[in-house]
Amino acid sequence: MTITAPPPATLTPTTDSLRSGRLAAWVPWGLLGASLVALLAVFLIMAGAAGGDFNYGGWLVSAALVYLAVIYVTSSIVEGGRKATDRLVTGVVTAAFLIAMVPLVSVAWTVVSNGIARFDLLFFSSSMRNVVGEGGGALHAIVGTVLITGAAAIISIPIGLMTSIYLVEYGAGKRLARAITFLVDVMTGIPSIVAGLFAYALFAIFFGPGIRLGIMGSVALSVLMIPVVVRSSEEMLRLVPNELREAAYALGVPKWLTIVKVVLPTSIAGITTGIMLSISRVIGETAPLLITAGFTDSMNYDLFSGRMQTLPVFTYTQYANQGIPPEAYLDRAWAAALTLILIVMVLNLAARLVAKIFSPKTGR
Amino acid sequence: MSTTSAPTEPQAPDPLAPDPRGRAKQRPGDLWFSGSALFAGSMILATLAAVAFFLIIQSIPALGAGSDEASLISTNFWDYVWPLLFGTIWAAFLALLMAVPLSLGVALFITHYAPRRAAQGLGYVVDLLAAVPSVVFGLWGILVLAPAVQPVYAWLNQNMGWFPLFSGDVSATGRTIFTAAIVLAVMVVPIITAICREIFLQTPVLHEEAALALGATRWEMIRMAVLPFGRSGIVSASMLGLGRALGETMAVAMVLSATGTVTFQLFTSTNPSTIAANIALTFPEAFGTNINVLIATGLILFVVTFLVNAVARWIVNRRKEFSGAN
Repeated sequence: MTITAPPPATLTPTTDSLRSGRLAAWVPWGLLGASLVALLAVFLIMAGAAGGDFNYGGWLVSAALVYLAVIYVTSSIVEGGRKATDRLVTGVVTAAFLIAMVPLVSVAWTVVSNGIARFDLLFFSSSMRNVVGEGGGALHAIVGTVLITGAAAIISIPIGLMTSIYLVEYGAGKRLARAITFLVDVMTGIPSIVAGLFAYALFAIFFGPGIRLGIMGSVALSVLMIPVVVRSSEEMLRLVPNELREAAYALGVPKWLTIVKVVLPTSIAGITTGIMLSISRVIGETAPLLITAGFTDSMNYDLFSGRMQTLPVFTYTQYANQGIPPEAYLDRAWAAALTLILIVMVLNLAARLVAKIFSPKTGR
Repeated sequence: MSTTSAPTEPQAPDPLAPDPRGRAKQRPGDLWFSGSALFAGSMILATLAAVAFFLIIQSIPALGAGSDEASLISTNFWDYVWPLLFGTIWAAFLALLMAVPLSLGVALFITHYAPRRAAQGLGYVVDLLAAVPSVVFGLWGILVLAPAVQPVYAWLNQNMGWFPLFSGDVSATGRTIFTAAIVLAVMVVPIITAICREIFLQTPVLHEEAALALGATRWEMIRMAVLPFGRSGIVSASMLGLGRALGETMAVAMVLSATGTVTFQLFTSTNPSTIAANIALTFPEAFGTNINVLIATGLILFVVTFLVNAVARWIVNRRKEFSGAN
């Protein structure tokens, strides 16, 4: 690969037989730019004639369509049908990726630009108690989110971690382990609202109908969280090289100490990453909390008595029960959405950093 | 691996003497640890069983209820569920119709078209979409997406109204079943993409290189080597996405303005609701047998998603055993 002859200085397309029948590298880009410019002109004229706003979406979509048509025709004339199809598919696939990026960019932009209006000190220092109209904040919702998610994590992490230890260290090849793996996979697909209904049904039997408690929300969230913890920790435990375990056994270390002192420390970075990602997944759940923890305007520090507000439910209720003026309620909803997204992003980033910094150096 | 099966055996007279059959000695720590690991594993089974059990217990009063017991029901329970079930499946179907081709394209772009260096970063960006909470998608769908697509609906309705799906009176707000399906598609795309990406990366490199060496273009290589290899994976990824779309709650509850009719028309303001959205909207104010009715609809949703997910996982696991990758 490295031994290539220096290109001859006098290279002309007409004499090079290998290059004949191929479009030069700049041609697709040139065609793309040309179709963008051409349709920009068309749309500007249309906007000017109709007196309306410039239609960005229409411009980009039609420019992409024109480009695909032009590159297909050009390529099939110069390069033949097979190459033309290849270029067409390349364009379509790239377009698919760009289309998938549109909602991400749009969501990020709207949340930041709308949420910044009420992203102030008052928002983080007061609750909605006795607030009508403007003012007020989401402190009660933030406290509720932290408490409920924390309790869910306390329930899920031991169960999830021990289950993955069972699957990797004790259950290899057993029927029970296979059943658990399958059901964990299926559990990841449980709709969040069903988890909420389960928590409600469970508590309603003991406490009577109409019960709303913070801890019910934690139970519902842990149903959603346990399978994620199990899957990620299981993968991490499987990555621990078997030689480490065998070395420990050879030194006479009991199996449980091998797991605690050798296997877990080796994989702790990956496990922490998985746990943080699972927290970031459940912290944004709305539906199960709406029907278990309910909603309230006051502070509540007690998981075991009374309704509890959480950030996602706060976002929803501010939108759904708008008062006067509606802008104040919408601004609070957007600010809560921004807070929520920031929390999720920070958790995600921190998880990746933990994975990168603390993972054992494999030397490979 | 045989250490866990020992606890029922009679204790040897001298606990420190090696077992005559050469087995490892059982220490109390080992027993505790393996026991708690086994207990945690069984908790998973118990949790799933409890979910099914408590939902069934709470649904029983609803199944025979009429309009006297539960104000939600007008004739009987099944007449109440049917439009919701239809809406759930119809919205999820529309979402998959958009999401599957799109995610295939995105996954192919990341694995085979994007520059090698950028591929991982692009994959992370797509995963970010999955991290956005559904309530945020709901807000976005109602305040940004619905007004943006409404003119398109009006145009399609005006110019292609002869097509049954586009017919009817066009919605003025854009909060139709199709908008809900778009939001669902956006939420499902990262899930399908993530699985397809992994599967496409598992394609044996030798197959790809052989195709290229025979003179195939990149698309021909993908069609001949990558797609046949990943076919079952694509199917199961789509089914996992379907499971997510069936159960998605808040985005649909916020975006859709539902009236509970059964209709295939995409752009009107009379739309079928979905089971999950209906529960989220009705549950906070429900009382008496109405709660049982809602839990029973949730049970139906649970059964449907459980089946979809189980079939998807079954396909994945079967593929693992028979694929030529390892």
